Amino acid sequence: MPTAATKRGFGKAGFAPWTESALQPLLRIEALSKRFGGFAAVDQLSVDIYQGEFFALLGPSGCGKTTLLRLIAGFEQPDLGRILLDGVEIGSVPPYRRPVNMMFQSYALFPHLNVEANVAFGLRQEGLPKAEIAERVGEMLTLVRLDNFGRRKPQELSGGQRQRVALARSLVKRPRILLLDEPMAALDKKLRGETQFELMELQRRLDLTFIIVTHDQSEAMTVADRIAVMDRGRLMQVAPPAEIYEHPNSRWVADFIGNINLLEGRVGADRVSVEGTALGRIGVAAKIDAQPGATVWVAVRPEKIRLTTGEPDVEPPENRIAATVADIGYLGDLSIYKLRIGDGIQLQAALANTVRSSERTIGWNDTVWLSFQPDAAVVLTR
Amino acid sequence: MRKASFFNLAALAVGLVFLYLPIVILVIYSFNASRLVAVWGGWSMHWYAELAGDAPLLEAASISLRIALVSASAATVLGTLAAVALVRFGRFRGRLLFAAMIYAPLVMPEVITGLSMLLLFVAVAIDRGFWTVVIAHTTMAMCFVAVIVQSRLIDFDRSLEEAAMDLGAPPLQTFLLVTLPLILPAIAASFMLAFALSLDDLVIASFTTGPGATTLAIRIYSAVRLGVSPEMNAVCSIMVLVVGLAVIAASLLTKLSAARGTPARI
Amino acid sequence: MNNGRRQTSFIAKLVVRIPYAWMVAFFLVPFLIVVKISLSQTAIAQPPYTPVFDLAAGWQGFRSFFTGLSLDNFTFLGSDPLYILSYMKSVEIAAFSTLLLLVIGYPIAYAITRTPRRLQAVLVLLVILPFWTSFLIRIYAWMNILQHDGPLNQLLLFFHIVREPPAWLSTDTAVYIGIVYSYLPFMVLPLYATLEKIDESLLEAAADLGCPRWKTFWLVTLPLSAPGVLAGALLCFIPICGEFVIPDLLGGSRTSMIGQTVWTEFFANKDWPTASAVAVVLVCLLVTPIVVFQHQAMRGTGRGS
Repeated sequence: MPTAATKRGFGKAGFAPWTESALQPLLRIEALSKRFGGFAAVDQLSVDIYQGEFFALLGPSGCGKTTLLRLIAGFEQPDLGRILLDGVEIGSVPPYRRPVNMMFQSYALFPHLNVEANVAFGLRQEGLPKAEIAERVGEMLTLVRLDNFGRRKPQELSGGQRQRVALARSLVKRPRILLLDEPMAALDKKLRGETQFELMELQRRLDLTFIIVTHDQSEAMTVADRIAVMDRGRLMQVAPPAEIYEHPNSRWVADFIGNINLLEGRVGADRVSVEGTALGRIGVAAKIDAQPGATVWVAVRPEKIRLTTGEPDVEPPENRIAATVADIGYLGDLSIYKLRIGDGIQLQAALANTVRSSERTIGWNDTVWLSFQPDAAVVLTR
Repeated sequence: MRKASFFNLAALAVGLVFLYLPIVILVIYSFNASRLVAVWGGWSMHWYAELAGDAPLLEAASISLRIALVSASAATVLGTLAAVALVRFGRFRGRLLFAAMIYAPLVMPEVITGLSMLLLFVAVAIDRGFWTVVIAHTTMAMCFVAVIVQSRLIDFDRSLEEAAMDLGAPPLQTFLLVTLPLILPAIAASFMLAFALSLDDLVIASFTTGPGATTLAIRIYSAVRLGVSPEMNAVCSIMVLVVGLAVIAASLLTKLSAARGTPARI
Repeated sequence: MNNGRRQTSFIAKLVVRIPYAWMVAFFLVPFLIVVKISLSQTAIAQPPYTPVFDLAAGWQGFRSFFTGLSLDNFTFLGSDPLYILSYMKSVEIAAFSTLLLLVIGYPIAYAITRTPRRLQAVLVLLVILPFWTSFLIRIYAWMNILQHDGPLNQLLLFFHIVREPPAWLSTDTAVYIGIVYSYLPFMVLPLYATLEKIDESLLEAAADLGCPRWKTFWLVTLPLSAPGVLAGALLCFIPICGEFVIPDLLGGSRTSMIGQTVWTEFFANKDWPTASAVAVVLVCLLVTPIVVFQHQAMRGTGRGS
């Protein structure tokens, strides 16, 4: 799973407008609600999105992310709340008057028009002169590397090519925000990876704001500046990928992103430890934001757990326990070890396969010691 | 598992023969030089020549064609509107009654609908003739058009319309630039159906026509009541040819329509 | 900013109201008029019935209008066996024809679904084509064949199947042949549409679980095609009840079907009120199947708004 480190490497170092309090957001969503029958698809949701962000809406199916996207695009009307673009309310503005464009999951290319006509469609609606339309269409087709495809019909193109036409068609209108609805769902794995980087390039180069809806965690982690994790119409956490992964704000988020080990316990008197867990007393690095005695959960990522055949001899003597290897999952680059502790609780550890399988020392039903550093543990209060 | 068994193929063959044989026989006999069906007098175009000289018959044909053209056009427009109303504006008041009124004429026996329209025209004292037949045919045909266009609209990929609106086209423009071109083959096919229905109709035309507006179907019927006649065979053969060509054209158009504008298959 | 939405709803109202108004004016109102006439009496007048609704006569006219209405025509229908027999005949012929159509049409529809997909569209077209080549013509074609010295009798004589050429025309048999011939597409199309939608993998699953071909058909295909059977049956039964042309041209004069009765009362006897009463009773008879048909048909339109 790509970590935050790999993400930071792509040219957006230091980009964090959400931390600058004086900056006005491009899109402000205030207490937005939308119901379908008795079911709340979007439930009093508020979020600010800034110019130049690649913002991802991530969540399980049915969480409301697509509904939120459609509310922003104008295909649904909010029941309550406001949507403000550049400070102007657009909640009641019909989709054909919003400076926002959408790229559909099915691409929705007009089958009776060729590529050029498809891309030019939006510009024609604006009533621009023919010459200007032709020029901008040509530019855009070059940008998405479909130079000589102008005369072709959508039915004659491959999946990846159709996607680029859909992209060109939306971008040529220079929208304030581009909405992408699971744009890579139809592509195979390799093409998906290439397209992700192309999108990031494009977004950075044109200095646009993208909002992408996806159910694919690694996709969100790769492309996004910030991820909004949603569940049942509500925002669970909005933060850059690294923060979501390393510092989830709840058990739900911790469990949704990647794999996690959760250990329940009570806050210790010194507020830097958690007592009564399956491992006994666990020491943590940061001060816990809760009262002593309160119920909390210690969250540890599998890759942060160290396995040793004998009891590790480092200080402090906390955060360790003996366990039996219940199962090993071999994934090529790493192995997942399922470990059973005395009273039946199972934990997961992930180790990179730095040596070949024949040379590994830990096998099924072995007794091993698992341990982790205090700063590898995150304490969750909900 | 798509293999047709012998029984299946036999059923198909028998069915098709059953359907086409009478027409084939009719066409063959239109070329029979002899007046009597029992006697084959050799090939002849005699009866077709007679047709050309039969002024009342030609007059009736002209009236029928004009009625068919006008009523089919009106029915196509009204039926398309009805289909759009049913599919796109689903929640209006009185929808149940509207849908019931659209589906009822499809099965209602024609004597009833013909009778009821005639009584209407009498009650409001409209002179019966060309236009009353047009109104009656339009009413019947628009229900067929509505059903055909409706089923096409239901299958229509709505994300195409949303994409158009997203790109700046207001609803009317969206309909004209995106929806209409893609459902046009279905609309054209239902126009042809409305045309054929009008040309073919006997019962409703009989009830709602007036002096000077005798349709071809009515003329054929009065002649046919008296028995088989070779001129009628000739007339019918021509109509078969004309309508057959129209139907083939309509089906090709519908196939075209099926290839465009259906939801993308990934 | 709200212009777009106002424009939409204005157009939306128009789109709904124009066809709505048309259907109310030319379908609903005429039907109500039929009901009204069925409650009136014959008169030697123009129009040939009384009472006539006269707006100019004011309230008095209104009252005399309603007192002039009566159920006489309906009691008359009940008293004369001619009408009762006519209704019964119509239902009998319609029911039996529908059965015949089912027996003949189902194998045809099924056979089409067993052919390769590319062929299916062509075959369906071939089945529909005769339907569009004029109803009257096709009945007339059968008149040609069923004549006393027509091709059918010639064939039968040639193969010595009969010694004397039988009379086909003016019999119930001829009516059945004509009806089955004309309505076959109405039965085959809905059947085909339903059969074609049946998921192949269901049949494969049945075979995998041990069903031979015929059993798969009996236990899986047949039950799943029930909606198509219902649609086809209704699409045929209801209009056949009121058929006029076929029994008139091909049938005998002993008992007419109800469509002929309406025609005769209206054109021959010039008895509009009785004709209307006959029509109203027919609709009442058919109201249950019509409602079932509409319910079936409208199930498909529920989505899509």
